[in-house]
Amino acid sequence: MNDAVLTVLIAMLGGAIRVSTPFMFVALGECLTEKSGRVNLGLEGTLVLGAMVAYAASYHTGSPWVGVLAAGVAGSFLGAMHGTICGLPRVNDVAVGIAMMLFGVGVAFFFGKPYIQPEAPRLGSIPLGFWSHSPNLNSALQVNPLFFVGIVIAIALAWSLRNTCWGLVVRTVGDSAAAARAMGISVNWVRFLTTTVGGFLAGVGGAFLSLSYPGSWNQGLSSGQGLMAVALVIFARWNPLRCVAAALLFGGAGAIGPSLQSVGITQGYYFFNAAPYILTLAIMIATSSAKHSARDMPGELSMAR
Amino acid sequence: MSDAPLATEAPRDAIDSAASRAAESDFAIRLRANSEYVVIPLLALAIAAALFAIFLMAIGKSPVDFISYVWRGGFGTSFSLQNTLQRSAPLILTALAVAIPARIGLIMIGGEGALVLGGFASAALAIPMIGHVPPMPTLIVMGLFAMAVGGFWVGIAGYLRYARGVNETISSLLLTYIGIAIMNFFVEGALRDLTDPNKPSTKPLGSAYMIGTIPDTEVHWGFVFGLVLCVTLYFLMSRTTFGFAARVTGGNFRAALAQGLPVGRLIVACSAIAGACAGLAGFFEVAAIQGRANASLAAGYGFTGILVSFLARHNPLVIPAVAILFGGLVASGGLIQRRMDLPDATVLVLQGLIFVVLLTSETLYGRFSIFKPPGEKDRT
Repeated sequence: MNDAVLTVLIAMLGGAIRVSTPFMFVALGECLTEKSGRVNLGLEGTLVLGAMVAYAASYHTGSPWVGVLAAGVAGSFLGAMHGTICGLPRVNDVAVGIAMMLFGVGVAFFFGKPYIQPEAPRLGSIPLGFWSHSPNLNSALQVNPLFFVGIVIAIALAWSLRNTCWGLVVRTVGDSAAAARAMGISVNWVRFLTTTVGGFLAGVGGAFLSLSYPGSWNQGLSSGQGLMAVALVIFARWNPLRCVAAALLFGGAGAIGPSLQSVGITQGYYFFNAAPYILTLAIMIATSSAKHSARDMPGELSMAR
Repeated sequence: MSDAPLATEAPRDAIDSAASRAAESDFAIRLRANSEYVVIPLLALAIAAALFAIFLMAIGKSPVDFISYVWRGGFGTSFSLQNTLQRSAPLILTALAVAIPARIGLIMIGGEGALVLGGFASAALAIPMIGHVPPMPTLIVMGLFAMAVGGFWVGIAGYLRYARGVNETISSLLLTYIGIAIMNFFVEGALRDLTDPNKPSTKPLGSAYMIGTIPDTEVHWGFVFGLVLCVTLYFLMSRTTFGFAARVTGGNFRAALAQGLPVGRLIVACSAIAGACAGLAGFFEVAAIQGRANASLAAGYGFTGILVSFLARHNPLVIPAVAILFGGLVASGGLIQRRMDLPDATVLVLQGLIFVVLLTSETLYGRFSIFKPPGEKDRT
């Protein structure tokens, strides 16, 4: 019995690391975008398109890292589209996000059809469990380098938002567009850049989905991870480091179902599949308030105003 | 908007307006102002179509073929037209599920979840009743139950918005995923029909318990219900105190609070009406098309409905026309796939493109002086 519990816990640890990576990238991208005062709900579409493009590029070039880069470029293209459209007056960024989500998913499914069958080279993993003899721990600690890339990006983002001139510009634009304009900053240009970079990160998150875990391209690859990551940013109170922690939490929740399955508990598999969504909703309920806006929220955010 | 062009126009405007104010009646002025809401969406549709044509040519397909197949598969023959109307029924209802909350200022996109859950709930309720209760009362109870479940589901998002300030767009989409997971949980488990090894489904309703079609057509009654609901909800939202209060709340939340309007109840009621519409769509999918509840219920009608509602500018009276247009597009999807060797996601690309261009066109409102009453050109 204890063995089974340990197996589940180890599988959940491994699962948390694996499942959290795409959450982390999307959340970091969205965090940057929202810091500048704009919401991009379309990152779900960016994630799916990134996954497709990464798989296709990896298949054609034979190099998964080219795939990661291609996914980032595709993602930044969608981000730039969102950034440009929302820069026009009287355009609602939440609605455009929904449209971009449908558009991104549509384009990914359209061009992704021929890549469902073939095998593309995947990203390798770093075996961090070499010191242990437990095969469970070994397989749990097969950590993808992108996980560490994500953590480095999170630290860099947190540091530069706080300490650099660029960070100050982004935060000013996000907190008060009027103040930023008074300083001579082009609000639209800053938001365009943050949305584009945010799209790049979300695209890389998609590359992880198709090239590492689950590690194949199909139409059911992402079901709401991109959206949950957007909700996760609210929970992380717009702090990149807390985004990483929140992503790990979500990864753990997403890993409950598969972990229980690994010890033969298959009952309620679909119910555990719903666990991340329920957790997201519960967290949103717990962290929101009708009376005042969320703590540390950028003042220009149209969401939850 | 910059001041420069307005300044140069001003003197000419003054002369214009003096001459034409007398000539243009009140009706003409209103027609002129309202035509903006027709012309700009049509312009957006045309631009999206042009972009899609370029896209098709870029991948080596003929846009002319595409249009002719949409015509043949969606509108050209009596059979395809009936197929289109059949598919537009859930689109009308899921579009209403977006349009009603939009009136109160909410962007709800949970129609897909309410459709799936409402359809599943009606099927689950019907199975023990089959053979014991005659078809007609069974169907009525099923429909009401589907509406109640759908209304409850989207109502949650509305309640959370009011009581906890939870962003309704995200929560309603999360509820969609949860709703689909709940259906899968039951359909693959406790309620699975074990005699059908292929696709996890509930037990079939059987032909006696299916809703028939409108006489002399292949179109099921969901289409008629959709039309009736559109008219009813139009009157509710624009001709009753309830609708007025809802629109005031959507226009200015603080003003509504200050007026002492029951804002919370209004928000939950609008959300519940929305969910009930989508739930009814699910009921018709189960009782008129599928005959059972399974994963085919999540066919994306809820998402296309979002686009339909936005294109209709959330006006219930315009929704049927737009829904028929998109119903035709969905109906011709199979033909396009087979004849032009295009993936089934082609329709998704076109829909996404239309949606993006449409929202971009929001920026054009108020930019064209032709839509403004004479003499008001320099006021925005």
